[in-house]
Amino acid sequence: MAETIEQIANQEYKYGFVTDIESDVAPPGLNEDIIRLISAKKGEPEWLLEWRLKSLRHWLTMQEPTWANVKFNKIDYQAIRYYSAPKQKKTLNSLDEVDPELRRTFEKLGISLGEQKRLSGVAVDAVFDSVSVATTFRAELAKLGIIFCSFSDAVREHPDLVRKYVGSVVPYTDNFFATLNSAVFTDGSFCYIPKGVRCPMELSTYFRINSAGTGQFERTLIIADEGAYVSYLEGCTAPMRDENQLHAAVVELVALDGATIKYSTVQNWYPGDKEGKGGIYNFVTKRGKAFKNSKISWTQVETGSAITWKYPSCILQGDNSVGEFYSVALTNNHQQADTGSKMIHIGKNTRSTIVSKGISAGHGQQTYRGAVKILKSAEDARNYSQCDSLLLGDKCGAHTFPYIEVRNPTAKMEHEASTSKIGEDQLFYCQQRGISAEDAVSMIVNGFCREVFRELPMEFAVEAQKLLGVSLEGSVG
Amino acid sequence: MNTATKPDTDVLQQIREQAGQRFEQLGWPTPRLEEWKYTNLQALQSRFDAGAFREAATPAASRSSASLPLRFGDRALGELVFVNGVFSPEASSLPSVAGLRVTTFRNASVDVLEEHFARYADYERHALVALNTANAQDGAVIEADAAIEGFVHVLFVGSDGFQSFPRNLIVAGRGSQLAVVESYAGTGAYFTNSVTEIVAEDGAVVDHYRLECESLEAFHVGTVQIHQGRSSSVSSRSFAVGGAVARNDTNAVLAAEGANLVLEGLFVTNGTQHIDNHTLIDHAVPHCESVELYKGILDGSSRGIFDGKIMVREGAQKTVSRQTNKNLLLSKTAVVDSKPTLEIFNDDVKCNHGSTIGQLEEEPLFYLRSRGIGQEEARNLLVYAFASELVDRIRIDAVREQIGRAMFQQMPGRLPDRRGEQR
Repeated sequence: MAETIEQIANQEYKYGFVTDIESDVAPPGLNEDIIRLISAKKGEPEWLLEWRLKSLRHWLTMQEPTWANVKFNKIDYQAIRYYSAPKQKKTLNSLDEVDPELRRTFEKLGISLGEQKRLSGVAVDAVFDSVSVATTFRAELAKLGIIFCSFSDAVREHPDLVRKYVGSVVPYTDNFFATLNSAVFTDGSFCYIPKGVRCPMELSTYFRINSAGTGQFERTLIIADEGAYVSYLEGCTAPMRDENQLHAAVVELVALDGATIKYSTVQNWYPGDKEGKGGIYNFVTKRGKAFKNSKISWTQVETGSAITWKYPSCILQGDNSVGEFYSVALTNNHQQADTGSKMIHIGKNTRSTIVSKGISAGHGQQTYRGAVKILKSAEDARNYSQCDSLLLGDKCGAHTFPYIEVRNPTAKMEHEASTSKIGEDQLFYCQQRGISAEDAVSMIVNGFCREVFRELPMEFAVEAQKLLGVSLEGSVG
Repeated sequence: MNTATKPDTDVLQQIREQAGQRFEQLGWPTPRLEEWKYTNLQALQSRFDAGAFREAATPAASRSSASLPLRFGDRALGELVFVNGVFSPEASSLPSVAGLRVTTFRNASVDVLEEHFARYADYERHALVALNTANAQDGAVIEADAAIEGFVHVLFVGSDGFQSFPRNLIVAGRGSQLAVVESYAGTGAYFTNSVTEIVAEDGAVVDHYRLECESLEAFHVGTVQIHQGRSSSVSSRSFAVGGAVARNDTNAVLAAEGANLVLEGLFVTNGTQHIDNHTLIDHAVPHCESVELYKGILDGSSRGIFDGKIMVREGAQKTVSRQTNKNLLLSKTAVVDSKPTLEIFNDDVKCNHGSTIGQLEEEPLFYLRSRGIGQEEARNLLVYAFASELVDRIRIDAVREQIGRAMFQQMPGRLPDRRGEQR
């Protein structure tokens, strides 16, 4: 155990390589022509182009928000390339036709696009820069009526579903970054689970930023029809660069009556170097709408990104619906995170749980910002929130901003938070038994996060644990 | 604004002018500001701008001291009464106790004012502190340099159509002990914008009570700013029951090691009242301790807010801080917002906070009823128990009785034997 942690601890950010692959890029800048260009490249129907343009026009009237507890230089939205795609001539019929360089990239990342992963039973949709390059297990899933494909394919093949649900959870007017995404989103994953179907394997999207000067704007839409179940994983990496790249995604979940969606994220974008130079700005809008008796569960492990700014939320609209949020966020060196969850209780007997664990080391700044709203109609709503922060070192910070708004007296809600450092006695106990300080810290941190890791699918839990080890490297002693 | 009549030196005049300019720049706060997210002063602002409130020149002579509410009389060491912001010498009694100097803002020594006035309450950032600083009329200036037994009472009474800008300064010198009760009451629609600055020098012990019992049509925006020296110990307890719209800010800076702070508050609202409580505890140095407990009881269609922030700055090691907010909702239409926040910039701290919102529990109700106590009465008992945790902690008997009475009168229908006494 100790050796593995040692190994892991000595690793640098190992996904920092750049793939040399010919890309089809749009010129930098943002205007209606660029939107038309993106839309034309994707061969989108008229309604979607109109929606994009509507978003852009609305975006132009908006101000960049400044309320978050993060500091960063102003983003020049005209300097970003909004479209970048690996060059390919024709549509792919099978995975063998994927550019070998691209396949090697994903193999290096440990994501095999080949089907040899059959045993592990994970269906992957790989998104490279702005476009989805491959989706595995499509045919097999189709037998059950499950649609799992890239967003562009979905627009072409299932326009009715897309049109019905896109923007239904995160409207294009929602917030600055979501509106920007609505205007320029290039691809993403789409998933539909039909009535009563339990998806037999984990669905997964892998996001990779490769080109310099680009932003990544993908959009994920997951619909679980009545009584359906799906577990969905999301992973991300990016090369090491001195510049800050913007990632502004939107994720919408729709859980219809009795459905369950479990959404797990292991976010490992490039966090910048030790001096805080470079890294990804991860400004993401994630939200789910839960109808009657349904359940939405968010689990996230945030170890990467120079700045993480996101609040996976649940709108508990239907009676008896359940929302959950489990999060581990780690900030080291000069990383900043402002993250948390929003639970909006509308239906009767709705329940929500928030468990957030924040770890700050080095100069890391960590903020939990959460909102629990219990509206008038939410009889007997119940919420439990817990957010604990662990501080390693005296230069870091941990902040908690819970907003609790209750409009119904039958509601019961509790919020608890604590902030402390690793107990000297715990450290001493470990060291006394021959475990080095660094290993002991790793162990204690993993124990601290256990409650959240337990919620992750197995493969992810292992990866998450390793990631924590890597990211904490050098922050002890 | 008529500042010419106020006894100012150049320094004070300059501060007032700066504050006035700052208010012009900041303008009235709107719910778009994070600090004012839950409170809209639009109704107050439009009346204020329309000149609905006037400043009083002399105390209303017609008011006989007998009709003034919330009097302590002989039980206090001294009592200062201000009617619509103007000092009423007939109604007041100044104490003559060794080591204690009590005077009014207008008569206070220039040295004290120049040393402390507007040094703590930040008019650069807070519009309504700026408004008060620019217009501060009168108030109490209380200085202690010995351990004082008993307490000083400062009472502000408002009446319909007036606005007042009370400004108090409490300075507890090295190793002194001091207890001060500040109360606000009145009738009709008026506007009170108060600021109290409390300085606890090294080793001082200050016991401060604030009773906000304004009329149900009044607007009240008050700030208490506490500044603590080495090993000082301050407790500030706020009890808020009055006002159509009331906003109470209590801020404390623990500026030297070993300082200890207790902040407590109880707010009871009914009808369409809106009471907003903000607190900020700033741990600027190591080895300080703070404990905070706020409770809200909300009935009718009222709205209560608790927004408390604990800030632990870089280098403030070994800070221990605990923040708790508990709210009781008694009706379907009452609304409560709670925002306990922690901002911590170093690792060697023990901080936690908790917040709960709920209604009366079924089990204790059942227990009481099984012993033959009626539904209504059982409920009242439980509400009373919820509130009395804070009332019982008041250390001075006279104050506890007075505040207890004021609080429980504001729970109409909840306590049968007290029903209809005032409201």
